[in-house]
Amino acid sequence: MAATDVVMPADVVRTADGTPLKKKLRQAERRERMRALMLVAPLFLFIVISFLLPIGVMLRNAIYDPDIRENLPLTAVALSAWDGLAVPGEETFAALAADMKTANKNKTIGLVGKRLNYEISALKSKVTSTARKIDKVTAGPWKEAFTAIDPVWNDVATWAVIKRSSSSLTPFYLLSVLDLRTTADGGIEHMPAERSIYVQILGRTLGISLLVTLCTLVLGYPVAFMLATLPQRHASILMIFVLLPFWTSLLVRTTAWTILLQDGGALSQLLSFTGISWLLEAFGLTDGPPQLNKSRFATVLAMTHIQLPFTLLPIYSVMKTISPTFMRAAKSLGATPFHAFRTVYMPQTLPGVAAGCLLTFILSLGYFITPALVGGPSDNMIAGFIDSTMNVENNWGKASALGVVLLTATLILYYIYNKLIGIDKMKLG
Amino acid sequence: MKKLSILFAAALLAGTAFAATARAGDELTVVSWGGAYSMSQKKAFVDPYNAAGNKVTEAEYNGEVAKIKAMVEAKAVTWDVIDVDTPTGLQGCAEGALETIDWGKLGLDRSKFIGGDLLDCAVPNIIYGTVFGYDTTKYPENPPTTIFDFFDTAKYPGKRGLWKNVQVNFEWALIADGVDPKDVYTVLATPEGLDRAFAKLDTIKKDIVWWEAGAQAPQLLADGQVVMTSAWNGRLYNAVKEDGKPFKIVWDHQALDWDWWVITKDTPKLEEAYRFIAFASDAKRMADQTNYISYGPSNTDAIPNVPTDMLPNLPTAPDNLKTAWNLSSEFWADHKDEINERFNAWLAQ
Repeated sequence: MAATDVVMPADVVRTADGTPLKKKLRQAERRERMRALMLVAPLFLFIVISFLLPIGVMLRNAIYDPDIRENLPLTAVALSAWDGLAVPGEETFAALAADMKTANKNKTIGLVGKRLNYEISALKSKVTSTARKIDKVTAGPWKEAFTAIDPVWNDVATWAVIKRSSSSLTPFYLLSVLDLRTTADGGIEHMPAERSIYVQILGRTLGISLLVTLCTLVLGYPVAFMLATLPQRHASILMIFVLLPFWTSLLVRTTAWTILLQDGGALSQLLSFTGISWLLEAFGLTDGPPQLNKSRFATVLAMTHIQLPFTLLPIYSVMKTISPTFMRAAKSLGATPFHAFRTVYMPQTLPGVAAGCLLTFILSLGYFITPALVGGPSDNMIAGFIDSTMNVENNWGKASALGVVLLTATLILYYIYNKLIGIDKMKLG
Repeated sequence: MKKLSILFAAALLAGTAFAATARAGDELTVVSWGGAYSMSQKKAFVDPYNAAGNKVTEAEYNGEVAKIKAMVEAKAVTWDVIDVDTPTGLQGCAEGALETIDWGKLGLDRSKFIGGDLLDCAVPNIIYGTVFGYDTTKYPENPPTTIFDFFDTAKYPGKRGLWKNVQVNFEWALIADGVDPKDVYTVLATPEGLDRAFAKLDTIKKDIVWWEAGAQAPQLLADGQVVMTSAWNGRLYNAVKEDGKPFKIVWDHQALDWDWWVITKDTPKLEEAYRFIAFASDAKRMADQTNYISYGPSNTDAIPNVPTDMLPNLPTAPDNLKTAWNLSSEFWADHKDEINERFNAWLAQ
């Protein structure tokens, strides 16, 4: 005890039990921090499990492609030294035969066929039938056996695809969702025009989202202003009209639009009753009664309806915080009402406008069911394609790659937005 | 107070999420396509099976292979028996997502089933036809009778419904363009043949309304959105029988295909799954199903037991088979990736 007393400087403040106050304080703070962390932990875990982990898996699936390496391991090794100039030799064929026999037994040959079929059409059935037949061949020469079963094995292109896809990491899916593909000599070229589709879809997704954002802003801004300036009693009633649809399921509202918009439905009858469809036809704008359902018009209309509260509410809550005295002051200094609104009021609402528009734009990017129900075949957005690539084509690599493209596009836009407006200026209320 | 209510809402949300993931006890889950088709299976198979003291719950899906694959990969199989189409049966088997069927365990004679030897992992269930139907009130006289009429918008103006899928549409386009049904797949496998099919579809493109779920086809017709539509024959039959709709089926060049029972790989209820499939494949049960939907039973023993007034409504009735052709799932397994991409690009134009 005496020794410690000598080491410790005499001016250190101590607590009752002799430990330095500083240390004690640190301990207490750490306990507080731990308690705070414990409170945050459930949310943190939830975000990791339900958000970060799936995104990680998606990013991985877009480039990770183990099907060939895992199911044709010997062939992959045999091909690693292949120069790609001529059809490989006997030992590569022997490796393929051995691999195919194993794959046939493990029922994984379908995966091999499916993967190769992405690059050369009709290879799927050739792989499966070759595997079935080679299973019965017990001894070489393998090269002759394979070429006798199907001439496709005597084609350099087939082997080039196997070699290319035998690496566990592949740019194939990412390239294909950008309408690109690798050439035989390792370069990159555009897909032929009739198979190029994804860049166009991305452009369309961005275009529709932008249009919807603008529509909600134009419609929502005046309403928000009215809500914010009306006496509380009236404003609450009006607010209900804004919130009621907001609380109704998206699916219900979209289905309601399909009924309203269908041929011979309420809206189309209204148009013909008022003579609008006759006018449109007379001016050569439409051919016959206007097609409302299954159109770009319907997509933007339904999406605007659904997104309106998302743009409106942040603007409204920012407007609520603006004191009416500013406008009065401006007017008393001689500004016209319009001038006062434009130079004094509007700039103060910009943080709300920024928040509302960003919210609507990013949510619009992911729309899937609304364009599918009320839109035509040329209104499907990227999320709809992710779904069909996943569920119909069962091509998870490409679906993941599409997801990566959507995520990247969103992040880039967010970055630009941050540079232009500044995310710190954004206010949700 | 506000904080409390938020906390309460969050707890409620978490609670429902957990309830949804919890498995419904020891029941066998049988998954099918919904609508009139699932109802016929409920009446003919599930209800009598449950009445005998078994526990089967039904679920619906829309043919998503991805869900089956995800379940098998995650080793969390909750769908035990699934009603699938041929491509899914073929693909699921090749990728190891389905159990190989042990016919001895089923106790059924495989040779008695039409198409019984086609797939290793599936038991034939029904044979259905993809046909087209029209609204008789739209054509009081001179109605469409052939697939050529479907593609003839000059003679039969109006919108047409088609399945938003490559199968059947491309074959029909070529047949309507004059290709012999038995050469359709050889022609379609060539680039020129594919161009020809697209060119034929181009002629009616602006009049096509695309449907995605089977129940949508009769709905489009009922709503007057289309004057004729492709559909699975049973869906049209039910719209006429149950809802009294004025529709008529054109059997000309109908596309025949199967639906199958499959068992998800590594299901914990393998024995029960076999028992259910054996029950549902019984000749009497299959004949009974035709009382509720007009699909052809694959069990040849069931055919003598089919009610005589029902027989002409089945795709397998001799009169309906005259110009019928078989859908080639092998062809589509090979070419769907490529043609689908082009089809999507074509749709978006």
